[in-house]
Amino acid sequence: MVTTFHYLLLGAALFTIGVIGVLTRRNIMIILMSIELMMNAVNINLIAFSDRLQQVTGQVFAIFVITVAAAEAAVGLGIVIAMFKNKETMNINEIDLMKW
Amino acid sequence: MLELVLFYIFATIAVVSAILVVTQQNVVHSAAFLGATLFAVAGIFLTLHAEFLAGVQVIVYVGGILVLFVFVIMLISVERAQHERQYNRQWTIAVVTSAILIGEIGYGLYRGKDTFVLPPAVIPPAVPASGNSELVGTALYTSYLLPFEIASILLLVAIVGAVVLSKRRTAAEE
Repeated sequence: MVTTFHYLLLGAALFTIGVIGVLTRRNIMIILMSIELMMNAVNINLIAFSDRLQQVTGQVFAIFVITVAAAEAAVGLGIVIAMFKNKETMNINEIDLMKW
Repeated sequence: MLELVLFYIFATIAVVSAILVVTQQNVVHSAAFLGATLFAVAGIFLTLHAEFLAGVQVIVYVGGILVLFVFVIMLISVERAQHERQYNRQWTIAVVTSAILIGEIGYGLYRGKDTFVLPPAVIPPAVPASGNSELVGTALYTSYLLPFEIASILLLVAIVGAVVLSKRRTAAEE
């Protein structure tokens, strides 16, 4: 029988994979994809608890998370295009203009 | 039993594809595996009786966000990035941070695992008569109307921001 525990474990695994991707990769596209993975993990947790408590609130908040993910992807990819036009690179280590 | 089999199929696809998203050299392959992960997560939503969100996941994530990713990958050159070093030098910090995160989540799940295994049948279903989309829509347009409107403003700001960021500068502005 599938319990909420299974879903929380799946969410934790996806979130951790996303964190590892953000911390280790240098390609900005893959970092943005890892952020999407983390948002999906959060959605799984929200909907698992929505099912567990038989309340629809978790699903409503999952819709808000998807909205924020869409906005984040649009702005993030706009930044990527602007960055590529200026510096011709997707490598985040070369974007160090504001680094102290 | 069927539920368990479906859960393990979707969970395996989601986790394996997520690992491949993070480890692939080619960005296009990463995007393809991200699509596989998103579809598997939509399947997980279906096993959780969230049919409306499964549809939203496929339409917004796969149909919108993933296509946007692929568009941007096509606009910028892939070949050069593929021959560069793919991983940061700060991998020791990454390992330590991930280990702390796994330990924290694992401890929390271990402490609370007795409360999660209660059968869901203890609580009677709230409104079993109407469908999932109706329930979500009713909650969204009554209790959560203000956050819904704020979310629409957020989307508007994101559209304007994306257009301004990626707009080509005209000669007059230079």
